[in-house]
Amino acid sequence: MTGIGVGPELIELNDVTAGYTHHPVLSHVNFHVHEDQFTGIVGPSGAGKTTLLRLLLGTLKPMSGVIEKSSDLRIAYVPQLETVSWNFPITVEECVLMSRKSANLLPWASKSEKQSVYSVLDRLSISDLAKRHIRELSGGQQQRMFLARALLRQPQIMLLDEPTSGVDVATRHDVLHLLADLHEEGIAIVLTTHDLNGIAAHLPHLVCVKQRIVASGSPADVMNPEVLEQTFGARMEVLEHLGMRIVVDEAPHGGSMRSAG
Amino acid sequence: MKLRMAALCEVRADMETLLEPLQYAFFQKGLFVATLSGALLGFIGVFIVLRGMSYIGHGLSHSIFGGFAAAQLFASSFYILGAGIWGIASALAITSVTKRSRLGADAAIGVITTASFALGVALFAKFGTSGPSFENALFGSILGISAEQIIGLIAVSVLTGAFVFFRYRALLFSTFDPDVADVSGIKVSRIEAMLMIVLSLSILATLTVIGVTLVAAMLVIPAVIARMLTDSFGRMLSYSTIIGAFSGLVGMYLSYYAGVPSGTMIVLVGAALFLIVLAITGTRGLRRSAGLDSHTDASALAPLSR
Repeated sequence: MTGIGVGPELIELNDVTAGYTHHPVLSHVNFHVHEDQFTGIVGPSGAGKTTLLRLLLGTLKPMSGVIEKSSDLRIAYVPQLETVSWNFPITVEECVLMSRKSANLLPWASKSEKQSVYSVLDRLSISDLAKRHIRELSGGQQQRMFLARALLRQPQIMLLDEPTSGVDVATRHDVLHLLADLHEEGIAIVLTTHDLNGIAAHLPHLVCVKQRIVASGSPADVMNPEVLEQTFGARMEVLEHLGMRIVVDEAPHGGSMRSAG
Repeated sequence: MKLRMAALCEVRADMETLLEPLQYAFFQKGLFVATLSGALLGFIGVFIVLRGMSYIGHGLSHSIFGGFAAAQLFASSFYILGAGIWGIASALAITSVTKRSRLGADAAIGVITTASFALGVALFAKFGTSGPSFENALFGSILGISAEQIIGLIAVSVLTGAFVFFRYRALLFSTFDPDVADVSGIKVSRIEAMLMIVLSLSILATLTVIGVTLVAAMLVIPAVIARMLTDSFGRMLSYSTIIGAFSGLVGMYLSYYAGVPSGTMIVLVGAALFLIVLAITGTRGLRRSAGLDSHTDASALAPLSR
């Protein structure tokens, strides 16, 4: 799979303007998500990354424009780890079970629902942690738990808000590999990130956002000083290392200062 | 032999003292209502505490007091119904104001419920009451519990139990993670509105015995104690219900002997249990209960960051 999105469309945003309490955050956005897409939404804080994600999710209604979704679309959402209430009294199993079918109104899960949960936990190698409290997991295990909850819905598209925010390098690699595997299995993936070198440079497709869509394409297309300056409002240098793009901040006097991640 | 006889007599005397109040019909009713009220508030309190809505519980009880006073002016025999409608309207107004305006949840509760309470005090002072006395409404009383009130409490308890039973997943999901719950097909706003209605009815049904000023404590204390004891949501629900019922039962007994309002003793028993559990669980219990307020309703209601 290419990941750049050429298959059938799942969600279409046509000329959408959206924001909060009559204050637009995104203006006149056109954005399509295809079946085989693996996209990173990048941009500075306040640029509208989460707003775009919420429009795709359907939890935010546009002020103007049209959003179309394919019928019976199954969307799963993985929240930012930093926004989760880790002291909430639930075990890993209870957390994943939240995603079980809504047709079962009983408080307890059926045998087949439990089997499905353990099969997803097995797939993500955390079934031995099922009875643990969520606070007792490492960053990577926590991310796997939310991926398991998302996968239980058998989604066609998975949306992730800053999936590697606040995790270490090893966990970041772990999460990226997992997402690549899920994409290979046919799940469209859209995530937000502010991590240009650690995440964005590794993705097949990027969308740069700053109140509008500044650019869209492969890292080779959009990770250049002009687009990055338009997106982040600062001059950045782009280096090439083993075929990968590396972004570095440009110091005030013209020399490079530090990594832009 | 003599010693054993003396001990038996002492036990018998203790039992007689313990059973003595049970010969009074008003105490039997009071004991039942207090136990069921404690269980009900402990049960629903789990959701209130985990959603960071403790202040809403506090405000709603005060708001319902205003409804109590106002409703009996217009229809004295239906003042409970009037207070219920008033409470539900206040609950929905708080949710609506918080969601649709820039006013925070705490500010919205502060304005709506304290104004309602002030109105209640003014109406009580000016026109008196045909229902419970001013003091009884504030601090609870075991006197004058009618059969209708008992039926009402049972009905609200059954309704609350049924609501949680059939909406367990939706309630748990929307309490833990409202945004993801919304995406997963749960009507979060509807669940929140239903929870507020059930909360209003629970407060109303328990107001007579616990009292306006103390109901909020019984929503919070059993749930916090339960959280200190377990990391599982299902067990927290059970523990909190049992702790609430125990506080109601023992508190009611003690209030009879001490001659103080029932609500105060019920809350004091709950507070004593809290201290005992804190001493036993120590830092582990504190760590578990820490951050209960950080999962605030305000954050769930406010727009996400961009």
